[in-house]
Amino acid sequence: MGSYVPSAPGERKQMLDAIGLKSFRDLYKDVPKEMILKDGLNLPDGMSEVEARRAMTGMADQNTVFSTILRGAGAYDHVIPSIVSYSPAKEEFLTAYTPYQAEMSQGILQSIFEFQTEMCELTGMDVSNASVYDGATAAAESAAMCRDRKRTVTLISGCAHPDVIQTVRTYCYGTGHELRVVPCKDGRTDLAALKEMLTEDVASFYVQQPNFFGLFEDAEALGEAVHAAGALYVMGCNPIALGIMKTPRDCGADIAVGEAQPLGPPLGYGGPYLGYMTATAKLMRKLPGRIVGQTVDAKGDRAFVLALQAREQHIRREKASSNICSNEALCAFTAGLYLAVMGAKGLAEAATQSMSKAHYLAEELCKIPGVSMRFEGEFFHEFVTVMPRADEVLAALEANGILGGLPIEEGVLWCATEKVSKAQLDKAVSLVKEVLAK
Amino acid sequence: MKLIFERSVPGRKCDILPACDVKTVSLPAGLARREAPTLPEMAEVDISRHYTELCKNVHGVNSGFYPLGSCTMKYNPRIDEEMASLPGFTGIHPLSPADSVRGCRAVLDTAQKYLCEIFGMADCTFQPAAGAHGEFTGVLLIKKYHESRGEAQKRTKIIVPDSAHGTNPATASMCGYTVVNVASAPDGCVDLEALKAVLGEDTAGLMLTNPNTVGIFDENILEITRLVHEAGGLCYYDGANLNAVMGIVRPGDMGFDCIHSNLHKTFATPHGGGGPGAGVVGCKDFLAPFLPKSALMDGKDALQVRSFAGTFLVVVKALTYILTLGKEGIPEAAENAVLNANYLMQKIKGTFKPAFDRICMHEFVLDLSDFKKETGVSALDVAKTLIDYGMHPPTMYFPLIVHEALMLEPTETENKENLDAAAEVFRKLYKLGFEDPEYMHAAPHHAQIARPDEVQASRNPVVRWAKA
Repeated sequence: MGSYVPSAPGERKQMLDAIGLKSFRDLYKDVPKEMILKDGLNLPDGMSEVEARRAMTGMADQNTVFSTILRGAGAYDHVIPSIVSYSPAKEEFLTAYTPYQAEMSQGILQSIFEFQTEMCELTGMDVSNASVYDGATAAAESAAMCRDRKRTVTLISGCAHPDVIQTVRTYCYGTGHELRVVPCKDGRTDLAALKEMLTEDVASFYVQQPNFFGLFEDAEALGEAVHAAGALYVMGCNPIALGIMKTPRDCGADIAVGEAQPLGPPLGYGGPYLGYMTATAKLMRKLPGRIVGQTVDAKGDRAFVLALQAREQHIRREKASSNICSNEALCAFTAGLYLAVMGAKGLAEAATQSMSKAHYLAEELCKIPGVSMRFEGEFFHEFVTVMPRADEVLAALEANGILGGLPIEEGVLWCATEKVSKAQLDKAVSLVKEVLAK
Repeated sequence: MKLIFERSVPGRKCDILPACDVKTVSLPAGLARREAPTLPEMAEVDISRHYTELCKNVHGVNSGFYPLGSCTMKYNPRIDEEMASLPGFTGIHPLSPADSVRGCRAVLDTAQKYLCEIFGMADCTFQPAAGAHGEFTGVLLIKKYHESRGEAQKRTKIIVPDSAHGTNPATASMCGYTVVNVASAPDGCVDLEALKAVLGEDTAGLMLTNPNTVGIFDENILEITRLVHEAGGLCYYDGANLNAVMGIVRPGDMGFDCIHSNLHKTFATPHGGGGPGAGVVGCKDFLAPFLPKSALMDGKDALQVRSFAGTFLVVVKALTYILTLGKEGIPEAAENAVLNANYLMQKIKGTFKPAFDRICMHEFVLDLSDFKKETGVSALDVAKTLIDYGMHPPTMYFPLIVHEALMLEPTETENKENLDAAAEVFRKLYKLGFEDPEYMHAAPHHAQIARPDEVQASRNPVVRWAKA
């Protein structure tokens, strides 16, 4: 059996003696006897470190690690610089809790303050929180920020990620508010439909940029319509795209949120990831979650603290607008570090290369007879193709170590990032060609 | 300490990406960014030193004693980290075909089986990303249950004791419920008469921590859950304090219908400076049909609280921990957590007063109200002075039912001499309170910073760096 209890059996006895007890069971005298597990848990015996490593490695070995990943749909396989994977493992940071005690947590607080600044820079917004669980919960929390007594309905674009839509729906179900999905037309949000749906009870509208199909929305036109109806405008933006794409601020957004997994955290079968949330100064006090602020200490030196805590659940209890307390600090540390390593130029390069490779892949695939683009319009690093025998194509790619596009209702949703080389793309394309030639 | 932006020098960079090997495509002007973001321009060595310096200004479990009550700051085994960094886990896309992720399924299925055994529950979900997120999920299960029985309109209230974590009432509100705060008995346990008085046809459920937030196991627990069930409500177990009882007694056997457990507390995954956590939610059979799913992975008609399957790599760490401890090690950890708390309380006694002078579970609360009356030194002052001794302060001013509260949870991973040394510091500070209260009002004296002006931080918020 493995154990991390440091005290030796003799010491434990001494400690029991010191509190005047005979056995461990005396510590549990308040627990009704009939409830205590008589035969213990039905679990296997504990393991040594070597055995545990063997067991876990055995499971990891059952997975297929694809050498080429051409699938995104909310989780993106970007280059992770070595220092980004290595540094977050620093033990102090890893093993600390939320920085309640500013006097011994300046490192965490400053790293969050730097992350907040970077997210404000990327989005053009005034204020950022310290991160939330993921992009979907960020979207859901943003909906709650926008409601008031008169405006209670949330609108979301049907071209947003299905998991985001469903998460927002669940949060709305919780508070008993209504969610209405704005239909898509040709792979993009139907502006005319949106205008009709912007009734006086609408609090906010959420659009994803680029959207689930990889297409760029006409974000400014959508924003104008939303504001003309007196509602708030929320954009969910891919942070890598923000390296080259018009900022949500410039598109008129009041709140910009998104999934920041592309900034360093690995795919990890879905998590942990992190959601970012930014807003205009006007909405600062409505932002949920932790926010780090700069202040001075008793000696007049710069110091960082958890600011604006009066918004939070431990003060407001049932009157708080969100129950969130944990964020994804270590992932935010990772994202902050990633952005420092890449810099504005490196980020723009990653974005441009991702887009360029996706366009190359799309062009090459569409040269194959039977393959065509499902939607027209500008796209970033994802696109949908229509092709016959998609199942067979994807199976052939998988057999060759390539995770192809994701089969969805509309076709196959492909993604390319700066991580894949032309040679990898060419190989994938030739395999597709081979299958479809049969 | 300089901000990373203050270290930036134009033209410095890291070389990560190769030149683009396909034709470069750029965005049309209407979609393109107008102005580059201001991000640091730095060489790798300077970035590395910056983050190393940040880490020096952090106190983690690996830096020293961290008795932060209710947070279970136990040691985070290195093997767990190593397993979560295996490429066979980190490199897996969440939307991979089923036959390529048998290992991930094995991790989730095994963790589910073992955690359900520890909880006394039938099924669980790994989607919630933290404890509060788990509470939200659990209470939504309760809501779905009442809805399925046509009682959604009628059952509108969630009962929460006044000793509860702040997340409990906030969660109930997020789920559309009216919160009924019920006063605790003087020992922080549920006052059965007060509970009976608020139970009725409008009761949707009860949210409870057991052991409760003052570190006492509620011996009436079976009666409490029976009363709630009799009224037609369900019982939600806030698993924040599960470390005290895991492997000894199971929440399912106490009569609870669903539970969240913080893997980052009880199952030793690191807190990472405030996340990522994982708030697995377990439930009895009859609630299992309502458990959340991913719209993209499993179809669109279920609850969903986060993308994909959840914080998978955190589950990898927790499973490694559970495999290591096993049948015997799980209760051994609980027993030693309780032993350490009682030993530390015993050693402090005679100075600061325990709020409840009796055997405690894994944590205990000191009541400094008399000490403050006599010396003028507050719980906050004591906490801040502890920082000078390299110890993370206990949780302050919680639970709300104890005034001038300091809540200590040493966990099972502290050895005897650490506890002795900590008790010695507390005894010293007790004395110091009478001798030199001014010194304690101004503490800390040797920390990274002196006491910060928190009022200014909230009144005139500066929440980002800006170019001078």
